Amino acid sequence: MIRFTVNDRDVAVSAPPMSRLLDVLREELRLTGSKEGCGEGECGACTVLIDGVAVTSCLVPVIQAEGCRLTTVEGLASDGRLHPVQEAFIRCGGAQCGICTPGFLVMAKELLDRSPHPTREEAREALSGNLCRCTGYQKIIDAVTEALVAPNGSADAR
Amino acid sequence: MLASAAPVHRAHTLAEALAQRAAHPHATLLAGGTDLMVFIELGSVAPTAIIDLWACRELRGITTDGRTIGALTTWTDLARHAAIPAALRECARTVGAPQIQNRGTVGGNIVNASPAGDSLPLWLALDAIFELASVRGTRHVPASEFWLGYRKTALATDELLTRVHLHPHGDDRLGYRKVGTRRAQAISKVVLGGRLRLRDGIVTDARVALGSVAATPIRARHVEAALVGHPIDLAAADAVTRDITPIDDIRSTAAYRNTVARNVIRAWLSEEAGR
Repeated sequence: MIRFTVNDRDVAVSAPPMSRLLDVLREELRLTGSKEGCGEGECGACTVLIDGVAVTSCLVPVIQAEGCRLTTVEGLASDGRLHPVQEAFIRCGGAQCGICTPGFLVMAKELLDRSPHPTREEAREALSGNLCRCTGYQKIIDAVTEALVAPNGSADAR
Repeated sequence: MLASAAPVHRAHTLAEALAQRAAHPHATLLAGGTDLMVFIELGSVAPTAIIDLWACRELRGITTDGRTIGALTTWTDLARHAAIPAALRECARTVGAPQIQNRGTVGGNIVNASPAGDSLPLWLALDAIFELASVRGTRHVPASEFWLGYRKTALATDELLTRVHLHPHGDDRLGYRKVGTRRAQAISKVVLGGRLRLRDGIVTDARVALGSVAATPIRARHVEAALVGHPIDLAAADAVTRDITPIDDIRSTAAYRNTVARNVIRAWLSEEAGR
């Protein structure tokens, strides 16, 4: 068995060691928020955090998650409250068809944990490995750059 | 979903990794997985056994002086380290996307030996020394003697690349250019790593190295020779057609690569001449 934690829950999985983490999350753990887009690390739809670091889960063999702390899009909300970046995506219209959205949200969380008030350029660079075919990106960048700014314009003390 | 059923030998220390490498000479090496997982998924690599090096923490990290880089150091680690030369940090930020930079390793790029490997020309330009270890001992191989042919390296079947050593280059000018389809994620059409040493306005030493224009990353020795002994001369770039043997492939054509190789060298020299 391979053991790790996902969204603060201890899990043990029986998948072969070279199974893609993405498949184990979706099929064995039924965490279907992470999506498969390209399957080769180009689109970012399967982005999850391993020990707080963003990775494309289609390129991580599950054995390398052993003993690690994982966060998927399902783990962003807490106590029934959405993460501020999820609120901002809703407010700014950052999602259309939605298939890329989980990857963008997880990548944005990594950025905001590191840099709570990113410039548009920083946000663009951080999200450069996430593809979206609907929005044209502007509303996503709007959402990420204002996620931690309260509606009255003051910084949200999260 | 094509999960490889190959047995995985997971090493947690270098000593374990070397013992496993000696015991399983035909096993495929796994570091950050950013190339190997794609190859397995596409079916172009079908490992019979895998040695997973990712958990060997002693092979990750950079010394405070920036002179020694562990093979499992990620591109993100490299990009964020203050003592790493700016050109190398810039290169680290062009490898794939942030998610790939978080996982892909310096050693993986070097050992994978793709002619398009983003960092490879810079190791040539820096005269980097690769430390190779096995249960038999340790040896040091200069970057210029490491890539022997298309995806073929000097690594013996029982050896691992453990560290990259850099020389201090004082006031040398370092340059890095990557030409791809877009800035993020693109596989390179031409990569340039360059280093110039000047004294009283005269080039006394030059390294001009290129990727994606031959079966291996290569030094453009005719260009280097044309540069040394003169003030920075953009025309030296014209000699590059004698150094490279680009091909037509899915990403570009030989004619395009010949032109762009010359132009990126000129652009870099022009910037250095203008300082």
